Amino acid sequence: MRYAMALDITKCVGCADCVVACQTENNVPIGYSRDWIVEKVSGEYPELKLHFESQRCNHCDTHPCVRVCPTGASHVIEGGIVKVKHNDCIGCGACIEACPYEARYFHPDGYVDKCTFCDHRVADGLDPACVSVCPTHCMFFGDLDDPESPVSKVLRENPENFVLAPESGTKPQVYYFKERLHF
Amino acid sequence: MSKITRRKFIKISAAGTATLAMSGVILDSTPKIADWFDKTPAKESEVERTPTICDVCFWKCSAWVYKNKKGHIQKIIGNDLDPHSNGRLCPRGTGGVGMYNDNDRLKTPLIRVGEGDDATFKEATWDEALDLVVKKMNEVIEKYGPESIALFNHGSTAPHFEHLFNSFGSETTAEPAVAQCLGSRQAGYYATFGEGITTPEPVDFVNSKAIVLIGNHIGENMHNGLVQDFSHAVENGASIIVVDPRYSTAASKAKIWLPIKPSTDIALLLAWIHILIYEDLYDKNYVEKYTYGFEQLKSHVANFTPEWAAKITELDINLIKKAAYEMAKAAPAVAVHPGRHTAWYGDDTQRERASAILNALLGAWGRKGGFYLPEKINVPKYPLPHYPEPDWTWQDITKEKYRGAIAGVTNIIRDASLPDSDAKHKVKAWFVTATNILQSIPEREKTLKAIDNLEFLVVVDTMPADIVGYADIVLPECTYLERYDDLRASKHKIPTVALRMPAAEPKNETKPGWWIARELGIRLGLEKYYPWKDYEELLDWQLRQIGTSLEEMRKEGIKQFERKTPLYIPEGSEWYFPTATGKIELYSTWLANMGYDAMPKYKSHEDNPPGFYRLIYGRAPMHTFGRTINNPNLNDLMDENVLWVNPKVAKIHGLKNGQEVWLQNQDNITSDFPIKVRITERIRHDSVFMVHGFGQLNKKMYRAYGKGAADYKLLSKVELDDVTGGTGMRVNFVTILTEKPQKQEVES
Amino acid sequence: MGEKLIVSGRNIEGLYPHVDVWGFGIPLYLFIGGLAAGILIFAAFFYLKGKANEMPVTVKISTIIPPIIIVLGLLFLIGDLHHKMYFWRLMTTFEVKSPMSWGAWILVIVLILSILWPFTFLKEMREFFVQNNRKRWVKWVSWLENLVEKIGFIKKIVDYSVKKRKYIAILLIIFGIALGIYTGILLSAFNARPLWNNSVLGLLFLTSGVSTGAAAIMWLSNNHEEKQLFSKIDLGLIGIELLLIFLMFLGMNWGSDAQQKAAEMFLGGEFTAIFWGIFVMLGLITPGFLEALELKGYKVPIAVPAFLILFGGLLFRVIMVVAGQISTFTF
Repeated sequence: MRYAMALDITKCVGCADCVVACQTENNVPIGYSRDWIVEKVSGEYPELKLHFESQRCNHCDTHPCVRVCPTGASHVIEGGIVKVKHNDCIGCGACIEACPYEARYFHPDGYVDKCTFCDHRVADGLDPACVSVCPTHCMFFGDLDDPESPVSKVLRENPENFVLAPESGTKPQVYYFKERLHF
Repeated sequence: MSKITRRKFIKISAAGTATLAMSGVILDSTPKIADWFDKTPAKESEVERTPTICDVCFWKCSAWVYKNKKGHIQKIIGNDLDPHSNGRLCPRGTGGVGMYNDNDRLKTPLIRVGEGDDATFKEATWDEALDLVVKKMNEVIEKYGPESIALFNHGSTAPHFEHLFNSFGSETTAEPAVAQCLGSRQAGYYATFGEGITTPEPVDFVNSKAIVLIGNHIGENMHNGLVQDFSHAVENGASIIVVDPRYSTAASKAKIWLPIKPSTDIALLLAWIHILIYEDLYDKNYVEKYTYGFEQLKSHVANFTPEWAAKITELDINLIKKAAYEMAKAAPAVAVHPGRHTAWYGDDTQRERASAILNALLGAWGRKGGFYLPEKINVPKYPLPHYPEPDWTWQDITKEKYRGAIAGVTNIIRDASLPDSDAKHKVKAWFVTATNILQSIPEREKTLKAIDNLEFLVVVDTMPADIVGYADIVLPECTYLERYDDLRASKHKIPTVALRMPAAEPKNETKPGWWIARELGIRLGLEKYYPWKDYEELLDWQLRQIGTSLEEMRKEGIKQFERKTPLYIPEGSEWYFPTATGKIELYSTWLANMGYDAMPKYKSHEDNPPGFYRLIYGRAPMHTFGRTINNPNLNDLMDENVLWVNPKVAKIHGLKNGQEVWLQNQDNITSDFPIKVRITERIRHDSVFMVHGFGQLNKKMYRAYGKGAADYKLLSKVELDDVTGGTGMRVNFVTILTEKPQKQEVES
Repeated sequence: MGEKLIVSGRNIEGLYPHVDVWGFGIPLYLFIGGLAAGILIFAAFFYLKGKANEMPVTVKISTIIPPIIIVLGLLFLIGDLHHKMYFWRLMTTFEVKSPMSWGAWILVIVLILSILWPFTFLKEMREFFVQNNRKRWVKWVSWLENLVEKIGFIKKIVDYSVKKRKYIAILLIIFGIALGIYTGILLSAFNARPLWNNSVLGLLFLTSGVSTGAAAIMWLSNNHEEKQLFSKIDLGLIGIELLLIFLMFLGMNWGSDAQQKAAEMFLGGEFTAIFWGIFVMLGLITPGFLEALELKGYKVPIAVPAFLILFGGLLFRVIMVVAGQISTFTF
């Protein structure tokens, strides 16, 4: 089982619904967020290109954040989802430094927090909150090992997909598809 | 800054609420210690949920409010059966929990005491406040008549107060949503098709092969169902054609983007009509069968050639032609979206006419992929005695000049309250419910002057918006999550009825709008118009008339009904349009009879004064302007606006990204707070852009105060639409100041 | 012209505008680790060479410093933790893949060894202080000697350690080097930070740490030969450091996109002045030059180069931690 997410950047409008839905679902305190929106523009008026990316923890295959954790608080559960055991975390910040996507942050309660692919929803057969709420229906989630899951299907239909900062070598599992801007 | 003496903006917090100033920060985050032991979010199947209708904007999506294991409101998720949202709310709806949690909310009724600079608000009981309101109302009714009390309203609170006003004999009511927003669109489409456009607009995007957006910045404008349908259209490969001087999000998904020179849209639309007619690309059968006035239209647009338009609009002529061909190719599965907030340059009704005519020529109205025929379920009104006939209504002070006005015009009613007003009837007192007219109506100085001249001002609101600071009596309403309101029976592909019920008890001393209106009604001796004791009674009665009940709706949230009329005009059949001629009027008899141009003409508008840039304002998808600006969840997503400046302009002024600047408009009005610059290629060199709703002046809105610039302050000039009296606001120009301007008298 | 901007969701403390979760505590801890490692390595090394009596400062006196600064460093470190109440979790497990876990355990072992070592020399240290007329130090050391005498089990441990000093010395060298290397490798283990993620950094930190150890010993010493020896050692280490710095930036400049951007901060960017002007110039070249002069026979107050090297060592780690957090793959 390998959970992954895919986003269609031709449809994303950068509305940040995924950000606020995650907050209300997971009790993320105001002033913190587990996912975020990046806008990328290129070109010169009027020859322009623009797209948005909703970013979050990529639940990487080689999870360096789990590797550096000195107490084992950062761990991986079934399906490749990376999580943090709050009461094992000492708040040293090593995992925050280790993440090339800067996906982790210190929760005001002291431990490190980040996107969990809403594993509590996944266990119930639901999609993560962000995927469920997206009004442009541009987010897909599922098990890559299941060829009929939404994410497998959509990645099959869109072989030219990309991940963020592949040079970091962490094998991220959040994919973006349909045309990437280079500038 | 005008000298206001009688009704001064009250800056000092009311007695007793000063201590709560800081609590806004401390109490807002979700309780931490309480969740210490159990941090797992609750399973949806295990917790309680109640239905509501989102009130963060006017799309009114039906939704479920989920509570957590402790019974506190946790999250709001869309109702799957609702065609408005298809089970998914937009970020504003999802962030609606913030409206409930916002600790800066109004908490108790407030009464103004003292004069001038010593004025302050004292906390009052409901009895005190309501009695005072009624006392003042009776004084004005006695002296000037009930019609002289005007109501400015908006949203779900509006029906309660409109009922109250009708009951005591006043039809002097207006919504900013008309004259500042949709009025000209309604008039333009009414003139053509015999009916205005509903909300949600009946555009069949999911089946469209082409979509044309005139300035309509879908994606930044987050009207839920519309964005969802638009997204489906993108996926289906529909040709998106966007006309916008700015590279909006919609433009970035467009096949053809026409970076038009602002204020020249009518020229482009007329050229497209010309191309469709003279190159035989219009839907001949449809036009012959269903329209009236084709020959007049044809000769009218004879000279409106693409060459003519290209010069005016500064667009490439091939782009203009390409767009027209694209539309024609896709017809009839093409929709030229009528737009929202169409109050731009003063000739807005005519521009909407052009858009409607274009839709008619393409054969899109009532066709698949164009405009479907929406249907609603008729919910009977609760049986009440007839309303008294007022001596005069809004029509008497409006229709003489603006004969095409279909509803009350806010700016005209405001003008009738001015001390030097020459209106046939004067307005002496205002109720302002659920709208911050100091920010929604332009010409702020005039509004302030009018306020100063009133006998009394009552404000009903949930948040301490600007207008609250000027009130004599403030009546705090609870949010939509704490009250019942009217059923939603909207026109859509599927007729539905949806229920809003409270998910929590009203916080502090706030009360629902229906209760406030009823209490006032009873005190005014209008019991016969309030035969029901509480709103549940009225709602249950209504629901039973259509085959369900309040109890059932509480469990379902929404109920779908079978359509009784066709979704599209059946191919080849006769069809009646509710116009004078019974057909789609390409030549509008309605407008002609009132003495207006029966077909749109292009009128050129003022260009930029040297060194000035046209102020373009718009939306951001995570906000509903001032309504959500202080909402903790949504403020977290975007807490200030920035000024979009073209790199060429930035170079001229020596601006750097993120630099703070001040704006001064053509009438020498300057912005109170600085705004940060965003240097971007996405805006034309002759304009600047910012999101509307920021630069809040009321310090009681702790999160929003002072962040970003207020565009509404700079909208001091308007061009009035001669058909409807609507206020065209995109006619203001600003220059950029890199130093803080000297005479800064910040109101708060 | 391209724009890459955050629309929503990154206004998080410690993450915006760049990662900023390691403040002063970490560079201080790295400095302390390097300094302690240096002092202990030299102490053990020269002990094993039999120079205990010829170089009392190196082998005995200077080793008072490591336990004190290590405890200080640990206090700072725990203070820096965001979930302080759970700090003991570090010691309930050993995560073999985590450099921080290695470091936690190495540090604990070094701490124990570094407390034992000076305790085995209490008598000699008292005599040294008496000789050098350090009345206050005599009093403190005497107090400690009394304490050891009084408490039975401590006396047993100390006596045993005195007997097994040779083994302790060997352990000190092993774990001292481990500690020195660890402080450098710790940063290079974070492949998410392009500035840290190179193989030279570990060696550079080790060299720097040993150099600060040598500087401290040099400063404390009252023996001319000792001073001269460490001056020479330090000069050599400075030379190696300069070479490694050159190699590091060369490698980064010819490395990946992200590494180039990271190197830019030091080659024209915001850290150029402070790194080359202050750290390299004042913290390496100047003391090196002064030490060279000293060796040539000129009179140079030893405190000056010593202080500059120590100051430089701390500054170097502060710069690397701050700049490293700014360097990134994604934004």
